[in-house]
Amino acid sequence: MRSLIRRKIRGQGTAADPAPSRLRYRFQRWMLTPGIRFGLRFGLPLCLVCVAAAGYMADETRRDAVWGTVHSIRASIEERPEFRVNVMAIDGAGISVSADIREVVPLDFPVSSFDLDLAQIRDLIEGLDPVKTAGVRIRPGGILQIDVVERQPALIWRSRDGLALLDDTGAHVAELGRRSLHPDLPLIAGKGAADHASEALRLFAAAKPLGARLRGLVRVGERRWDVVLDRGQRIMLPEANPSRALERVIVVSEVKDLLERDVAVVDMRIAERPTVRMTQAAVEDWWRIREMNGGGL
Amino acid sequence: MTDLYQSQRAMRQMRRQALQRGVVAILDVGSSKIACLVLRFDGVGDLSEDGSIGSLAGQSGFRVIGAATTRSRGVQFGEISAMQETERAIRTAVQAAQKMAGVRVDHVIACFSGANPRSYGLDAKVDLQDQEVSENEIARVLAACEVPDYGAGREVIHAQPVNFALDNRSGLSDPRGQMGQTLSVDMHMLTVDSSTVQNLMRCIQRCDLELAGIASSAYASGYAALVEDEQELGAACIDMGGGSTSISIFMKKHMIYADAVRMGGDHITSDISMGLGVPMANAERIKTFCGGVHATGADDRDMIDIGGDTGDWEHDRRTVSRAELIGIMRPRVEEILEEVRVRLDAAGFDYLPSQQIVLTGGSSQIMGLDSLASRILGQQVRLGRPLRVHGLPQSATGPGFASAVGLSLFAAHPQDEWWDFEMPVDRYPAHSFRRAFRWFKDNW
Repeated sequence: MRSLIRRKIRGQGTAADPAPSRLRYRFQRWMLTPGIRFGLRFGLPLCLVCVAAAGYMADETRRDAVWGTVHSIRASIEERPEFRVNVMAIDGAGISVSADIREVVPLDFPVSSFDLDLAQIRDLIEGLDPVKTAGVRIRPGGILQIDVVERQPALIWRSRDGLALLDDTGAHVAELGRRSLHPDLPLIAGKGAADHASEALRLFAAAKPLGARLRGLVRVGERRWDVVLDRGQRIMLPEANPSRALERVIVVSEVKDLLERDVAVVDMRIAERPTVRMTQAAVEDWWRIREMNGGGL
Repeated sequence: MTDLYQSQRAMRQMRRQALQRGVVAILDVGSSKIACLVLRFDGVGDLSEDGSIGSLAGQSGFRVIGAATTRSRGVQFGEISAMQETERAIRTAVQAAQKMAGVRVDHVIACFSGANPRSYGLDAKVDLQDQEVSENEIARVLAACEVPDYGAGREVIHAQPVNFALDNRSGLSDPRGQMGQTLSVDMHMLTVDSSTVQNLMRCIQRCDLELAGIASSAYASGYAALVEDEQELGAACIDMGGGSTSISIFMKKHMIYADAVRMGGDHITSDISMGLGVPMANAERIKTFCGGVHATGADDRDMIDIGGDTGDWEHDRRTVSRAELIGIMRPRVEEILEEVRVRLDAAGFDYLPSQQIVLTGGSSQIMGLDSLASRILGQQVRLGRPLRVHGLPQSATGPGFASAVGLSLFAAHPQDEWWDFEMPVDRYPAHSFRRAFRWFKDNW
């Protein structure tokens, strides 16, 4: 009697063929190719993830839900007390300017620092007339710090609209109610005078010797300056190099007491031919003296 | 001849590509097993400037990263007899080796032992055109060798210049750049049956592999099993495989003779199988574990259970004494060795200065073979194992892997062959007019 089980175990002739089929052999070689291996290891998972993400996001409600979650997380971070701004501190500005700043930057504190556009706030503040430069930053402790450098008024400009304060660049600083509020500041007038404020300041510097007689400068025809003195005297300055012409007049005046005399206008518009116009009374006096002297001279 | 020249050059080109890619497979298609090694070339460890071999015998440039062996099927006497079966066996070996290496191999260098190798010694002599030996002159003298009529259906597998002589100085291995009048060369040419080679090529092609070189396993195992001084002084390597026993004689580091006896270990096994009436598998096991060629008194009492699978209790419980087994094995081993002796005598091995004989191959592990061989072949017989190469697994260091290891050495540092040199211009038939012109110029 033959033992079937034993025969099965010892069966040597019926061992399975170890040779791989042609397909399996090719497949294994294919899987050993470096490009395919890389593709399977990285490319395929990447593709799967992309496809899954695209499939998930294809639905409108899911997309909204995802965006909602993202926004709520973002909001929860922004709402944290570390990022909250509670106070606005303004340095370097007077009371009225501070009030103006608080008016143009309407923030209802507390506000998240993520919502503050500091550059825009700075532009807004620098857009104010009395402000020369402004620095805006958020200080630790939730303080919006605004450092302001105000414009210093250097001139008063009288125009049809009234009196205005200008700084040394001619920029508008503030309206001025009465001249007597700033008696020390020089006065300019005329259309377009503000655009030449620096020239006016140079002329005022040159006109120092005139002292209290100087009333102001008038821009004539938007091209040249007249120096107005008391007693209705005027010095008409040329377009080019006005301060030199003014200096000439002052020198002559100091030597010959030109401006002390009864002169209405000193016309320096043409440098080669300075002209002096006398007042009506002086002319009549002069005529009388000539007649008395016998019609000579 | 031009055809073969072109195909061998194409194979060389393929091998160069494989080395550039850095991975090549070695395939030893034997009658009893098919071994596949996957080599990785690192590019380091090239030969030094003067061409001498370094401390690692010049094989530090590559590393075995995959090795597999499988039972051969469809191969008899080292020749493919059933192509489908062989293809499946090759696939098995290559797949396992690739799996171990973890890389894909596209190029394969193969060797086989059968196909009736036949050696020819060629020589030629030319007058040098301008006193100095250049590469062209070497190509010219190689091309001038008179090729014997080796018959239709045969193909040249190796054609190596063995020795160069310049005027009266002989024994030059590399005459390039030297001065002289006449250059002569001795060349060794090995031809095999072309159908066998073509079958093997076809088999490898069907496995989606490119053949990057082909070698005779006699050459490969001699390259691996003979140590350097044996190769230099002259020695014979006898690779006793399963289906055939190949003989190669080396001298001055070149193979000068190769032959094969179409008998091997499988015949011993079949003798045992027939003599004892047991299956081949049993016979193989008995041969491996208990085989020998020298009977002693103790062997009469050493009973071997030979087994059986018939179901007849009496039949399956038979025993033989080891002396009987030796009595079966010894005549066949003697026959093989006698045949080898005949081949060696025919080759003139007696006249070599050194008579060293190295036995390798799977069947050389039969106990007591060395003393039997020394009785038949000569006094200087030793058992050889292949050279050690980097990364070779312990299981693949036995003498049965001599030709696989030799083939990997051959892949790393191929010896010059005839087709490594450019064919001189005047060998091309298209330039016959120029030849005629030269003849006129020389003679008038």
